[in-house]
Amino acid sequence: MKNTIASRIADFLKNYPPFNLLKKEDLLIISKQVKVKYLEKGKRLFSEGDIGHKRFYVVNKGAISLERDNNGKRETIDKCDEGDIFGLRPLFAKENYLINAIAEEETILYAIPIKKFKPLSEENKEVNNFLIQSFASNTRNPYSEAHKGKLISEKEPVESQYKPNNNLFELQPAPVTRKVVMTSPETTIKAAAQLMSKKKVGSVLVVEDNIAKGIVTDEDFRDMVATGAYGIETPVSKIMASPVICYPQGLTIAQAQLTMMKHHINHICITEDGTPNTKVVGILSEHDIMVSEGHNPSVLMKAIQRSNNTNELKKIRHKITLLLRGFLASNIPLNHISRIIFELNDATIKRIIERCIKKLPTPLPCDFTWISLGSQGRKEQLLQTDQDNALIFEDVPEEKLEETRAYFLELARKVNKRLNIIGYEYCPAEMMAKNPKYCLSLSEWKEQFTKWIIDPGNDEILLCSIFFDFDISYGNVNLSNALADHIFLLTKDNRKFYAVMGATTLRNPSPLGFFRQFLLEEDGENKDFFDIKKRGITPLTDAGRLLILYHQVKNISNTAERFEKLAQLEPNNKELFLSCAYASKVLLKFRTQHGLENRNSGRFIDLENLSKEEKIKLKRCFKSIRQVQELIKYRFEVTPYI
Amino acid sequence: MLNLFKKKPDNLPEFWHDYEVKFQEKLPKEIEETRFVVLDTETTGFDLKKDRMLSIGAVAINNKSIDIADGFEEYISQETFNPKTVKIHGIIQNERIKTLSEEEAVKAFLEYIGNSVLVAHHAGFDLGMINEALTRMGLPKLKNKVLDTVNLYRGTRIISNLINREKSYSLDEIAETYNIDIRDRHTAAGDAFITAIAFLTILGKLNTDGKLNLKKLFRV
Repeated sequence: MKNTIASRIADFLKNYPPFNLLKKEDLLIISKQVKVKYLEKGKRLFSEGDIGHKRFYVVNKGAISLERDNNGKRETIDKCDEGDIFGLRPLFAKENYLINAIAEEETILYAIPIKKFKPLSEENKEVNNFLIQSFASNTRNPYSEAHKGKLISEKEPVESQYKPNNNLFELQPAPVTRKVVMTSPETTIKAAAQLMSKKKVGSVLVVEDNIAKGIVTDEDFRDMVATGAYGIETPVSKIMASPVICYPQGLTIAQAQLTMMKHHINHICITEDGTPNTKVVGILSEHDIMVSEGHNPSVLMKAIQRSNNTNELKKIRHKITLLLRGFLASNIPLNHISRIIFELNDATIKRIIERCIKKLPTPLPCDFTWISLGSQGRKEQLLQTDQDNALIFEDVPEEKLEETRAYFLELARKVNKRLNIIGYEYCPAEMMAKNPKYCLSLSEWKEQFTKWIIDPGNDEILLCSIFFDFDISYGNVNLSNALADHIFLLTKDNRKFYAVMGATTLRNPSPLGFFRQFLLEEDGENKDFFDIKKRGITPLTDAGRLLILYHQVKNISNTAERFEKLAQLEPNNKELFLSCAYASKVLLKFRTQHGLENRNSGRFIDLENLSKEEKIKLKRCFKSIRQVQELIKYRFEVTPYI
Repeated sequence: MLNLFKKKPDNLPEFWHDYEVKFQEKLPKEIEETRFVVLDTETTGFDLKKDRMLSIGAVAINNKSIDIADGFEEYISQETFNPKTVKIHGIIQNERIKTLSEEEAVKAFLEYIGNSVLVAHHAGFDLGMINEALTRMGLPKLKNKVLDTVNLYRGTRIISNLINREKSYSLDEIAETYNIDIRDRHTAAGDAFITAIAFLTILGKLNTDGKLNLKKLFRV
């Protein structure tokens, strides 16, 4: 019997430690015994206290979050993605799991039978070492660059110490690299430089018997060698900075940063007792601090712009979520949060499009615009939800039209696929640029909108409401502006259209029932939950869109900003519109917090878990919704259409 | 008097009896307890009568995980040969891989599937091919319950006037939507594996309320 599937599994595993250390035949034997598991998002694979499984796991696709319960609070210890191994405890000890493994997103796992794998790991020392280190350290991959700071040394206990990560960043321990690149004082400058480029590091520690004597950095080569002051055969001891600034272990990031600033240095040496007289334990660099400080928008922005593959972007996306969580926890105003998150999302989309254009074999045949629709278009997308987008390309001669469309469809297919990989699910209504219906030339788009607006049925209004909230993500802004102008021309004084659109705005009535009770969902999987999107966010968004269209205001697509603008335009309704702007922010924040807590879209809210204060706040929002709906009913004469 | 319940004198071979007897056992209620066999065939073409199977590939799913050790992959030697389909599946006549006769392959397959629920993409075609082979051997048709991933996938789509739900989705489209690696596409085992991952993903999507069981699955 041939083994197509087992070979494919082996093909995947061989790229990741420890499987890359196995012999080809052994790997195939293991692969034949693998089980492939699919986990839905949010599904638990095992929990703290569960009996160890007969298998350990490798992530094939998706991500697993390793967590511990700390007095009822969930504490993430680590996140495993493609190629990472976890669940190793039963491999070493007949003990129950000490952590929870939960699917952070849809995940496919390869489950490796411990009974078959153990003999191989015991034979191969390298494999065994890797497993022990993976198990012992928080990280599963001690070879990984990003985690090398966490590698254990002989002195630390084998069992890892979990550190709560809810502290301020500055007070957390600074990341220390244990594998220090070292050389002796007699080494020539040339040899030291060769060593540094081989190890791809910017500095080398000069030691004698493991005692730090000095440090040489890239900068020293520039200032003292390239200038001609010293020849390359000179021993490094002539140019090294000495003495080395040493500290004991356990330095916090704030301390490290202060020390570096005070001494104008980029590296701190960590020794056993913190003096230069004891053995070197590790080194701490400014760069490593920067990297670990991933929760900073400007660092993330740079990382997005420099990223060279989709997986990198996916990891950055995860950090953006952490940032969002931090922002919400520290009660930063929602406008600021949405703006920052929007900019990061926007940069991500731009970066993906930029890279996909380069991947195409021929240059762009003409200008185009990539527009984001729906919540990203409104700059209200805090949690990752579905992707809604479309593409407008310049008008081309008739005979070139299909060829040009084919080109842009190919581009869109690539972009949609990558957005999906980093976590934006495909739009269930297929409202994406890769759909030939939404990849059109400017004239075709104009025609499309004319059809929708002249004869507005339910579907047409739905499409209008989605496409009216667009934001340019990439390309030529003139194209999207031309389309917006066309829409205004069509809708100006179009009473019938406003009336129909007004009726749709009112299709979700004010969410407070008789006796001022919340209206709950009556059937379906979310029975007895409150649908904050349908009953709160959508009515407000619809109202804002209709009113701003009525005033023919271009380029504001954010609901809160729309109402703020409306407050300026209609001073007599100022109070109502400002309260709507406020309500839209409150509801969005509510949804985002719930989404983060429950790892979902945050759309359905269990009222039982709300505090009295939260309920009052929600009710106040709904009062504004009712009032703005009354205004629309009256202004646009919608009654015959309801 | 003629006994209506009396079995007609059968001259069916023993392996068919062994297969048939497994159906006396009822299928479990829960998906976790059910063994699914996800299969694909490579053929000389799309004509059920004229064309022949060149290989059968399958993987089994127990407790929602694909067990690689519980797989099936056999190549079949055939007289019929269609140069047009060679570029799709890459199987040429008299290729030097171990092959079985059609009868041997079908026999082994019956033993492998037992009373499991069969899953395939465009199941009608693959099952039709196998049933034709059974007919040539003078045997009845397969007795297993069958699920088609085309239908199941359709069940995951939203109901909206904006999309065409009647569309027949190809395995490539589904793989793209679910971001499934499509290496080994167009080998029977490779396609069976892709279909199996798609099937597990679809189960997840359909199981929105956590109450999906086998009965409901057949109603999608």
